[in-house]
Amino acid sequence: MNRSSKILRYVSRRLLQGIPIILAIVVMNFFLLNLAEGDAVDVLAGEAGSATPEYMEEMRKKFGLDKPLTVQLAHYLKNVVQLDLGYSFRHDMQVTELIVDRFWPTLLLMVSTILLAVGFGVLLGLFAAVNLNTWKDAVVSVFALITYATPLFWVGLMMIILFSIKNDWFPTSGMENSAAFYEGFDRLKDIAHHLVLPTITLSLFYLALYTRMMRASMLEQYGQDYVITARAKGVSERRITFIHVLRNALLPVVTMAGVQVGALIGGSVIVESVFAWPGLGMLAFESLFARDLNLLLGIFLLSSGLVVAVNLVVDVIYCFLDPRIEVN
Amino acid sequence: MTDKLLKISDLDISLPEGSERNLAVENLTVDLSPGETLCIVGESGSGKSLTARALMGLLPAPHVRISKGKIEFCGEDLTKASDPRMRQIRGSEISMIFQEPMTALNPVMTIGVQIDEIFRFHVKMSQRERRLRAIELLEDVKLPDPEQIVAAYPHELSGGQRQRAMIAMALALEPKILIADEPTTALDVTTQAKILKLISDMQAIHKSGVLFITHDFGVVADIADRVAVMQYGRIVETGSVDKVLNKPEHRYTRALIASVPSLVPRAPRTRSDKIVLSTESIQKRFGGGKSFFGMGKPNRFVHAVKDVTLDLRSGETLGVVGESGSGKSTLARCIIRLMDSDSGKIMLDGVNICNLNRADMRPWRAKIQMVFQDPFASLNPRVKVGEIISQGPMIQGADRQTAQTRARELLEIVGLDVRAFNRYPHEFSGGQRQRIGIARALALDPEILMADEPVSALDVSIQAQILKLLDEIRERMNLSMVFITHDLRVAAQVCDRLAVMRYGEIVETGATREVFDAPQHSYTRELLAAVPGQKWDRQLAN
Repeated sequence: MNRSSKILRYVSRRLLQGIPIILAIVVMNFFLLNLAEGDAVDVLAGEAGSATPEYMEEMRKKFGLDKPLTVQLAHYLKNVVQLDLGYSFRHDMQVTELIVDRFWPTLLLMVSTILLAVGFGVLLGLFAAVNLNTWKDAVVSVFALITYATPLFWVGLMMIILFSIKNDWFPTSGMENSAAFYEGFDRLKDIAHHLVLPTITLSLFYLALYTRMMRASMLEQYGQDYVITARAKGVSERRITFIHVLRNALLPVVTMAGVQVGALIGGSVIVESVFAWPGLGMLAFESLFARDLNLLLGIFLLSSGLVVAVNLVVDVIYCFLDPRIEVN
Repeated sequence: MTDKLLKISDLDISLPEGSERNLAVENLTVDLSPGETLCIVGESGSGKSLTARALMGLLPAPHVRISKGKIEFCGEDLTKASDPRMRQIRGSEISMIFQEPMTALNPVMTIGVQIDEIFRFHVKMSQRERRLRAIELLEDVKLPDPEQIVAAYPHELSGGQRQRAMIAMALALEPKILIADEPTTALDVTTQAKILKLISDMQAIHKSGVLFITHDFGVVADIADRVAVMQYGRIVETGSVDKVLNKPEHRYTRALIASVPSLVPRAPRTRSDKIVLSTESIQKRFGGGKSFFGMGKPNRFVHAVKDVTLDLRSGETLGVVGESGSGKSTLARCIIRLMDSDSGKIMLDGVNICNLNRADMRPWRAKIQMVFQDPFASLNPRVKVGEIISQGPMIQGADRQTAQTRARELLEIVGLDVRAFNRYPHEFSGGQRQRIGIARALALDPEILMADEPVSALDVSIQAQILKLLDEIRERMNLSMVFITHDLRVAAQVCDRLAVMRYGEIVETGATREVFDAPQHSYTRELLAAVPGQKWDRQLAN
């Protein structure tokens, strides 16, 4: 069997294996969320100002919240299998529709963040390692240390003050200027313009992490025997760095990036709130306070699916980067 | 003489400040002629590898550098050569092969690309030509199916094949000098014999000078024309192979040669017929794990130990010899129950310990103890030596006071200062650590000692000391010992009986002398024939 069909088999097997994992996550999330005090009816009643216990009972009955947890779970699972994520009473919309609507902004933010963090992290780490123990290395290391230690929300706020309020370079919030009714290329440009600050804010921390990892990884690889072999062959330092060492040094960074995609969704909650980015993170944040469990479960389901998928993608990339990994 | 390829004179290599000594290499003067093989012999830390690195201009700069002396290569002083000039020389006029074929090749590049680099950086050739040359080279070093190996990654080749590929790379441009830094140390003895032959064949064709660095006198005897013996960075003796090996003048050379175990088995000892340990058809397989949901094909598995039946008599040393991957370590681990065997019986004092659970096994653990191969990895770096030794008896129920007193006694028995008790393992050398490992095993008053390659990580003079220590202890405590080794010289000196293993099976057992004098199995004959330095042994015997 050739390599590509092997990989195809592997991918389909992993996708099948993902199904029970995701179902298990759904069940766990369901019980965890129900541990929290209060339900959607409490919140609705609270917001309405007052409600009689009878009316609340009636609402619970209507939402199905009066049934035992296991029955609710069975009902929910049955719906999930049919790809029906239920109804959000809060937003008066199908959960699926809501999530899909908000998914694209988050995906856009995440992809641009990962590209920025991994891309620049690798470049900076490489740059620091090549210029080891010079002022260039020191500048990169100090930069990495500072960004690593700075909280996300603070960076976001400072960015807004500096680049939106003091200098009117970037918009403060939102994903696009809906009042302008841009179309086609102009709309893309507008979204990209809005994307700059949130992406930088979210990626700074990861950028610092990957810079440090890449630098350490490069230095470790420089000490390996095969580098001496390459030197003994008369290979130029340039080729040793960019062909021999770089590819080996990338491996741990790729692994780490894959693992952190999950954490990135968590980080996006803060950034989306700060920049009013209409994504899943903000939606999750709102629905948590509204005790909109259906919606919250839907968001978790989607993000767990995303993590499973990204891990698979990383594993496949790994197969191409490292021939020692065998697909089976 | 101007026809010398290489003349090193008064070479000093300085180490960074705060090192054990100031100079790694001191006042080194040596030369090499075309077609000649010069062996530099020495123990670890003697500066032999740094000498080789210095020739290539590959010292770990900036801390380690040449502080004095000249390296003349065909009249050109390499210590003054520029970086680009050195790069030109490396790989084309002087090339090098290394000890570890596992790590010396880039794991994510194909063999073809790695050979190709030599041509890319030194000669003008089209890509097609370069590929053809690479295949030719692989054919020259007798690798099977060179067309495939060009496209293979290092991990797809065996250790011996990788070393062949390295040699192909090193010889690609017919260098005037080939430096070989312990090129066969990591290889099995039969592979070693083949690689040594390959190097000398290649040398005969290309007429290159070979600088061969090794610690193994057997190898020296087989391939050297001239020998330089190094100790603490100085050459203590140099001369023709015949002179150095057979009429050594310097005290150190004589001591080193005396430490080399002889291939003539020692006289068999009288032995009792009481069997203390026996195994009955032990089996161990690895891999073959179940796949998720029954999808995908079953994984490959390795039959590491196949149907092994052995017995160990009271007071004897049974040697288990074989090459890497033959299953000898797995067998040892199964016998002392560090690993569960799939089936079979292990009889100790008439009880089958094979299926005992953890708690039931505990009292038996004291009876059979292990000495491990790697004295660096097998001692916990965060635990003090005294603690390491007394832990065992305390687990078995001894009180702290008794255990610690015993630990102090044992330190003395294994030849260490009692002050070692309160130190950490990293403060000791390899040989000393192995003594600690032995003391740890003895702390439980075992009846049987399982020694898994206890001396293979040690220098030859230390090796001799540890073997002597094991011998003394065995007499003194009336131990029975299973001694696992890949080194037939060591086996000849230590073992009363031998079991030869290959692919998990025991192919031959017998008294050591009988196995050496009249091997029955073809594999045993092959192993014996591959031991380096046999001719020299015969000369010494006469």
